[in-house]
Order: sequence, then C-alpha cells, then structure tokens
Amino acid sequence: MSMRVRRTPAVQQPQTSSRDSVHTPTGTKDGIIHPELKEISTEDRPDYLVGLGLGCFERNKEELASDLRGLSVSEGMRKLRAMPLSLVDKMKIRRRCFSPSAVKSLNRNFPCFNLPLVYISRMWRHSTFNALPFLSTLKLWHSSMKKLSGRYGTGVLSYFLFLRTLLFINLLLFFITCLFLVIPQAIHPPPMDSRLNSVTAIELLTGTGYLSQSLMFYGYYSNVTIETNQMSSHIAVTHMVPYCIPTAYFLTITVSFFITCIILVYSMSKSFGKSFQVLKSNRNLSENIFCSWDFKVSKKPSIRLQCEKISTQLKEQLSELTSREEEMSLMQRFGNLIVHVLAWITCLASILLSAMGVYFLSKHTVISEFKNLDLLITSAVVSGFNLLLPGIFNLCSWFEKHSSPSTRVYVSVFRNLLLKISLIGVLCYHWLGKIAVKQDRQVLECWENFVGQELYRLLLIDFIFTVLYTFLGEFIWRCFSKKVLKKNRKPVFDIARNVLELIYGQTLTWLGVLFSPLLPAVQIAKLFVLFYMKKSSLKLNCQASKKPWRATQMTTLFITLLWFPSFLGAAVCVVYTVWMIKPSSGCGPFRNLTSMFESGKLWAERMKDSHKILSWLIRAYNTVIDNPLFLFLPTCVFLLVIYFHAQIVDGQRKIIRRLEKQIENEVKDKKFLITQLQHWNEENKTDSTQR
Amino acid sequence: MGTTASQLGKDSLSEYQELTFLTKQEILLAHKRFTELQNRDERNHLNATRVPMEKILTLPELKSNPFRKRICHVFSTSEAKDGSLTFEDFLDLLSAFSDSATLEIKSHYAFRIFDFDDDGTLDCGDLEKLVNCLTGETDDTRLTSEEMRQLISNILEESDIDKDGTVNLSEFQHVISRSPDFVSSFKIVL
Repeated sequence: MSMRVRRTPAVQQPQTSSRDSVHTPTGTKDGIIHPELKEISTEDRPDYLVGLGLGCFERNKEELASDLRGLSVSEGMRKLRAMPLSLVDKMKIRRRCFSPSAVKSLNRNFPCFNLPLVYISRMWRHSTFNALPFLSTLKLWHSSMKKLSGRYGTGVLSYFLFLRTLLFINLLLFFITCLFLVIPQAIHPPPMDSRLNSVTAIELLTGTGYLSQSLMFYGYYSNVTIETNQMSSHIAVTHMVPYCIPTAYFLTITVSFFITCIILVYSMSKSFGKSFQVLKSNRNLSENIFCSWDFKVSKKPSIRLQCEKISTQLKEQLSELTSREEEMSLMQRFGNLIVHVLAWITCLASILLSAMGVYFLSKHTVISEFKNLDLLITSAVVSGFNLLLPGIFNLCSWFEKHSSPSTRVYVSVFRNLLLKISLIGVLCYHWLGKIAVKQDRQVLECWENFVGQELYRLLLIDFIFTVLYTFLGEFIWRCFSKKVLKKNRKPVFDIARNVLELIYGQTLTWLGVLFSPLLPAVQIAKLFVLFYMKKSSLKLNCQASKKPWRATQMTTLFITLLWFPSFLGAAVCVVYTVWMIKPSSGCGPFRNLTSMFESGKLWAERMKDSHKILSWLIRAYNTVIDNPLFLFLPTCVFLLVIYFHAQIVDGQRKIIRRLEKQIENEVKDKKFLITQLQHWNEENKTDSTQR
Repeated sequence: MGTTASQLGKDSLSEYQELTFLTKQEILLAHKRFTELQNRDERNHLNATRVPMEKILTLPELKSNPFRKRICHVFSTSEAKDGSLTFEDFLDLLSAFSDSATLEIKSHYAFRIFDFDDDGTLDCGDLEKLVNCLTGETDDTRLTSEEMRQLISNILEESDIDKDGTVNLSEFQHVISRSPDFVSSFKIVL
C-alpha cells in the first residue's frame, strides 16, 4: 500500500536496515566536510518519526502500527493524534491497528449486570462530548476577544482576559453574599423608624439617604435571629428554622474571602508554572525569531504593525549587542545616575504630597460634616491623583534611559503601584485607626456605614473619571496631536496602567464587602461597562503599542500583584476590623458585641451544645490552629519542600549545560573520525594505484 | 464519507474528532468554510477534490499572513507539490493550529513551515528568508545585510548545539520549549 506522505526530499535514500547510520558527506563548505548523519533508530520513542526530515518508510509504519496495537484503544488513539502525520495516514494506521468493531464497541466486554451502568456512562460521555463545544462558545465575550486578538495581538488580549477573570471572581463573591446574606435579610426587613421612600440622583452618587438605610450598607442588617415558620403538611406544627443574621454575616464574609484566596493562589501557581524557565539564559534573539510571530493576527494593517514591532525589537537587540562592546564613559554613567535619582525623587515626592493631601482632606470631611455633593470631594481628589500622577511618572521615565524595555515596564508598574498603595493605605489608616476608634457619637452614628459609603463613592467616581478620560481625554489628545503637532499618531493603549486600574478597583471592592455587601454588584456592573467602553475606545482612538510585550510573564506579574498587595492587604484590613475594632452600638448586626469576631465565638458555643460533630471540630480548632507550635511545624515542612525543589531546579540546570557540552564534543569527535577515515581512504587509493 | 451535498457523515465526523485536536463544532465550521471555497460541482465529492492554493489563500485568516504559502505547501499532500489542499489536509492545518494541539505538534509544524527549502534543517538561507518574512516588505523595516549577517550568526551561536551550522528539529524544539508564549501565538481560529 503506497502511502501518501509528506516527504521531505532530503531523505530519499534506499534503506537496508532500520538501524543503519547513513552518512552522506555533502559538499565542502570552507574546506570542511559537514557530514550529515541520519540515524534512523526505531527505539522506544513513539515520536521517532519526528526526529528527522520525515521519510516514512513502510518498515517504520509497520513498527508504529504494532506499537499501537499493544496499547488500549483510547491510549492508542491519543498517541496517534499526537503524531505529526497527515490525517490520511492516521486513518490508514487506525484501520490497520484497531478493527472497527473494537473501536465502536469499547464497552462490549462488560458483564450483563453492569449493562445499565454502561449505557448511562456512555450516554453521559456522549452528552458531555457534544455539550462541551457548545459550552465553550457560550464563554463570555468569546467572539469579541477573537476579533480583538486578530487586530491588536496577544498583549492587549491579556488585559481583556484579566478583566474577565475579575468579573468571574466578583460574580462568585456576589453570589455567595446574595444567597446567604442579602436574600434572607430582604425577606425579613427590620423595622426602620424613618424610611425615605425615594432615591434622588445625588443620593445614588453619594450613597446617603435612602441607600444608607437599604440592603446596600452594613447599617441595615439586623442583629436578630430570624425565626421562620414552616407548616408541615399533615399536622399544623410550626417548625422553627432559625437564621441568625450576625452569624451569617460573619461566616459569609469569612468563607467568601477564603474561597477567593484559594482561587487566586491556584491561578497564580498555574500561571507561574507556565512562565517559569529552568534555564534563564541569554537566548532571547533566537526565541524572538522563532516564537514572536503571532499567527492570530489577521488584518493587514495589524500585520504590518507586527512586522514593524519585530523589526524594531530586533534592531534594538542587535544594537545593544554591538554597543555592549563599547563601555559607556564615566561621565555618561554619572549623568544617567543623576537622571535616575532625580526621576525617583520627583515620583516619590509627588506620591508623598498626594497621600498627605488626601489624609488632610478626609480628616476635614469628617469634622466639618459635608453634605451631599461635597461628600464627593475626597473621592474626586483621589481619582484625580490616580489619573494625573501616572502621567507624571511616564514623563519622568521618558527622560530616563533603562537597560531594557522590560525594566522600564517594571519600574513604571512599581511606581504606579506605590501610588495606589499609599492612597489606599492612608484612607484605611484614617478610617480604621481614627474614626472607628474614636466613635464620636455626635459626628458619626454608624461608622461602618460611613466607611462603606466612602468606598462606594470611591468606586463610582473612579468609574466616572475613567469614562471621561477614555472618551474625552484620548479623543482630545488625538485631535491635539493631529492639529497642533501635525502627526497622525494615535495614543498607545497602556496595558500596564489599565491593569493596575482594574486591580485598584478590585482592592476597593474587597475592602468594602464587609461594610457594604452589595458592593460586588456595583463592581460587576462597572467591569461589564468597562469592557465595552475600552473595546470601542481601542478601535476609535488607540493603536497597539510598538513595544514588545511578553504576555505570559506579564500576566503572572499581574495575578501576583492581585494576590500580594491587593487581596492580602484587603484581607489584613478586614481581619483587623473583625478582630480588634468595636462595632458601633447603634446599627448593624454586631450591635451589642465587643468585636465582630465574638459573634463567631458565640455561635461556636451554641453549636457545641447541640451538635457533637461541631464540638469536636471546635475542639480541634482550638488545639491545632490556635496553638502556635502546630503552625510552626507545617511552615517548616513547607520551607523544606521549597528548598528541595529549588535544589532540583539548580541540578537540572547544571545537567542541561553538561549535556549541551557533551553534544558539541560528540560532533567534534565524529568530524574528526570522518576526516581521518577519508584521509586513510585516500591514502589507500593512492597506494593501490601506485602498486 | 461525505455522501449528500454538503453534509459530513456521522462516522467520518467522529473519526475526524478522534484523530485531530478539533472539536465537533470546529470540524463542522471548517467543513462549511471549505465547501464555500470549492466550486459548485465539486461539493459532492468532498475528499476527492483539491482546492487550489489561490483559493485557500483567499481565507481572511490566511490572506495577509507572510507564511501563507509555506503553510499550504507543508500541509498539502498533493503529488504535484502545488500547495492544493483536500478537506482532510485542511483539517490537519486547523488541528495543528488549534487550541488543544500539543507543543510537539506545533513545534514540528512550525519547523516545517520555516524550512523554506524543505531540506530538514534550517540553514542560513532559511533563516534569512524567515527574518525577511518577519520584518515585512517595506524598506525601513528590513534589516541591512550587515545586520542580517550578525543576526544569523547570533542565532546559530545560541541555538546550534551541535555546531554544524544549521538548526535541526531537536534544537528548534529546545528553543521553543523555553518560550511560554509560543503555544498561544501559534494559533489560527476560524
């Protein structure tokens, strides 16, 4: 049977046995013979066909088929699928190895009593198999993302993927709080003395008035146990199902934070695993050549842009290589240092000034009892700083000369991050350190409500400012650059800055969940609108960046940033609030307790008496988790495991280097032996002709 | 095999599903797009006819790709080496470029695509053509011959482990395995 194969012309030589080494010395280049050794060995590597220029001979196909016959059907199919043969060849091999009846009746060997189970499992497999592609197209924004990646490439796509991930995290958070907290309280509203029945637009913005006495904020939730009456069908006996709101509040927040923590750590480790390289060497140039072409991009102008990007990157790297030979003069280095120091001083000073400004402003807000729109001033100032200062940072970094483009990105990300951390840190210190502790009844009757409202306002104003900046700012910049600067250059979509904005918004949400359980809903709406807004602004105003963007490593960095300052910081604040701060006595579900954590302890006490399993759990908690020794031991074990793995990676690096050296030496040996062989052959020939 | 005018038989559909990395949805979409490329009278004989390369290159996903001709040549099983594809060749193409294809498959086919002279290794001529495809056709993006020479010698220094002056498949796969972005960028989705 002649096989239609994709032959590469070089291996058209006759074969004697499959274990021969065939060497064909090719033409001499520079006087040295480069023998090409093609060993066709049929050892156990199933992808032995892969290792050469594909000459698929009958013999090899036979051995492949016999290999596959030894495996189970599904294993064999999987192996066959992973082989780089043409579909026609695969179908022929499949028919040769597996009889069609064996493939179709995979389950015929089951005994009779298993038959219903067999049918059910087969039906289940078929339905999931058919449903999966349908479900994957149901993935949110699937077609939009495909169009975006086609036009702008993988870097911009990573921003939108990050946005989608955040949306799902918020959906989960919202689902948990809604189910266990909002709905039970909504069904049994607490008695409120003065209810305002309408909500004005200003109140929607500031979160005061009607909203402050609604499900939105902490103050609405009652501290009672709701007793619902359930009539059972045949006897009119009321069946009490008590639902304790304070316990529910405490447990909901704890459990949702715990679940979010697990999700983030899991995605962080997965992402880190993808981007980790055992050998971090300077092979960037060949990697760029072989791996940088993005085949997803399909529009002609985007392809032209991609070519430009690659060309610029290559030229930069080449010039770097040549200039590495020339050392920078002392004066130049000194000048660079001065510029760096000045830039850093400017950035840090601006961050410090803005933080102090926000602190004094927020102190002033509480003291002088702002009303209505004046409440928005703090949030507006914070959002204003968030918009302006990154522009200053960009200007500073424009003057600086960095050693590589990725250093520039990391430095700008760090500065941006520092700004946001200091702003949020200052606000948190003010709320938790001053307001909550002072608890001045005349000024604030319900400080948790106030904090929740502040966070709500921050989130909303940030969103409004982003909308204004995206549409007006970029549009105006484009008009300005067209008319005044006479250049048709659109602004670049700054991926790092936009991702940090997302992380900032998410931090605010996590901080605010404790004080305002419906805040995730606001964040979900915001992310949803942001997606469409950024997409349309991208098309109208921006162009893709000309700088290369290593998507996987940047995604790892962003998820790490989402975990480390953002989530952990919010979790620490929430834990501190729950543990240490006395809740206000006039409102909320923890009215009469010394701390929110106490409600959890009271619940544990109550449960201990009624359920035996829970009492065992609680005893286990007290001995294991509360005891520092038992925390110390697992930590030690983890550290040992990490050290062990680091040593393994180190060892692997050394092995790789040695193997490379070995390959090089082997080729040198072969060359030497072949030249000797030819030399002796020639000598023999001359000897025999002479005789 | 394909019996009625524009329908895939259930048997062949499941066979394609098992032997490629495509899902059923993707195979049906590929079938639809492929039959659109064929002439009207050829649509009944799905597997016997080949679509010429010029028609394949009208697909929007391939139209402007600088490697489009190489892709057609690599996946074509025609005797005449004209880059024409049958439906099964087309499925092979989409499978290698799909989401779930393994790194080995992708790197294997990437190597074949970049091997412009089809000799099983990437030598200086191949690398030069590759770089020219990557940097485009306009004059200001092309590298000068001096830069090209330096670039190629650097590439060979970095990736040619056995120092024979060419990059073979194993060395190519060694370089690729270190780049986490390769799998996501070597994708074409219809």
